[in-house]
Amino acid sequence: MARIVGAVTTSHIPAIGKAIARNLHEDPYWKPFFDGYPPAHRWLERVRPDVAVIFYNDHGLNFFLDKMPTFAVGAAPEYRNADEGWGIPTLAPVPGDQRLSWHVIEKLVGEEFDVTSCQEMLVDHAFTIPMALLWPGEGAWPVRTVPICINTVQHPLPSPARCYKLGQAVGRAIESYDEALRVVVVGTGGLSHQLDGERAGFINKAFDTQFMEKLPADPQWATRYSVAELIELTGTQGIELLMWLAARGALGRHATAVHSNYHIPISNTAAGLMVMESRAA
Amino acid sequence: MPGPRNIPGTTLFDGAQAIKGYALNKMCYSFNLAANREEFKRDEDAYCARYGLNAEQREAIRRRNVLDLIAAGGNVYYLAKFAGILGLDVQDLGAQQTGMTKEAFKARLVAAGR
Repeated sequence: MARIVGAVTTSHIPAIGKAIARNLHEDPYWKPFFDGYPPAHRWLERVRPDVAVIFYNDHGLNFFLDKMPTFAVGAAPEYRNADEGWGIPTLAPVPGDQRLSWHVIEKLVGEEFDVTSCQEMLVDHAFTIPMALLWPGEGAWPVRTVPICINTVQHPLPSPARCYKLGQAVGRAIESYDEALRVVVVGTGGLSHQLDGERAGFINKAFDTQFMEKLPADPQWATRYSVAELIELTGTQGIELLMWLAARGALGRHATAVHSNYHIPISNTAAGLMVMESRAA
Repeated sequence: MPGPRNIPGTTLFDGAQAIKGYALNKMCYSFNLAANREEFKRDEDAYCARYGLNAEQREAIRRRNVLDLIAAGGNVYYLAKFAGILGLDVQDLGAQQTGMTKEAFKARLVAAGR
């Protein structure tokens, strides 16, 4: 049976892609951010995942307002990105795992999460930046992937509690899979930031700090908030912490943080990173 | 807690905004393709007309004014692709929306980390 080796949650700010391309890891602006990742690399080398199941949010690359799924699961043989209108670098295609994708889709619908399945799906920076951060270096990716997209473009968005439950259901789906795979669950986005409106530039260090403290052992602390309340606390794009809640949900009841990093600002954003593992009660 | 419509300085992109901004957002979504960006740059009027922008949306595009684009139904993720054509980054957009210089806006972000 497949086994979840842990979860990684990370910001996915587009500017990171350019910083990687320009090799700015030691630049004073970027160093406190990039210095967070080597411990995550060492952890990944130790747990050696075969597959990454990645919760992310599309920012208007694959999905338009003509059809906007709340939850969409990729079921493609491979995933490609595009320049998104800003000249973002394109990466080598990331391999999918269609058999696992369909297993997840069947289990989710069986648990009344009526997801949209996507045999063709462009993935944007919310998918590719974490891939480049977690598995640096050009060339072959060491993992296959199952992308799961959560709508944060158009309200109503799914509630924090619902996203956590989605993660729990994905965790059960992975653990009921009949191949002996090691699976890492990834959640991308956040933490607090707001790009639009007179409130642009909003960051809430106190809330982010508490959110990261609570997430491993008391993830349901954040699920008592509504989407509107979380946006007031974390900004219109801070709501991406829904991806963190989904990834954490896949770990089961008890988890512990084995690494974390937090830095303000990268671009307009409070950048966060956590590595979590399940533990026995 | 305040409801979704009264977070200060914030417009949540809900059904009403999605209806109002459909043409504008559809045009901005088209900018995912480089060929469309070039076509917009060649003849902005014709490109806006083809997507059926209303007068408010056309004027907001003409003025490159982010708050007006949001008021006209624009969604930040699609508008970001229009900003890409203009070569503006998110600090430029933040500075414009808050009426600050870019340097002051960036300094405020740094201060949020202290």
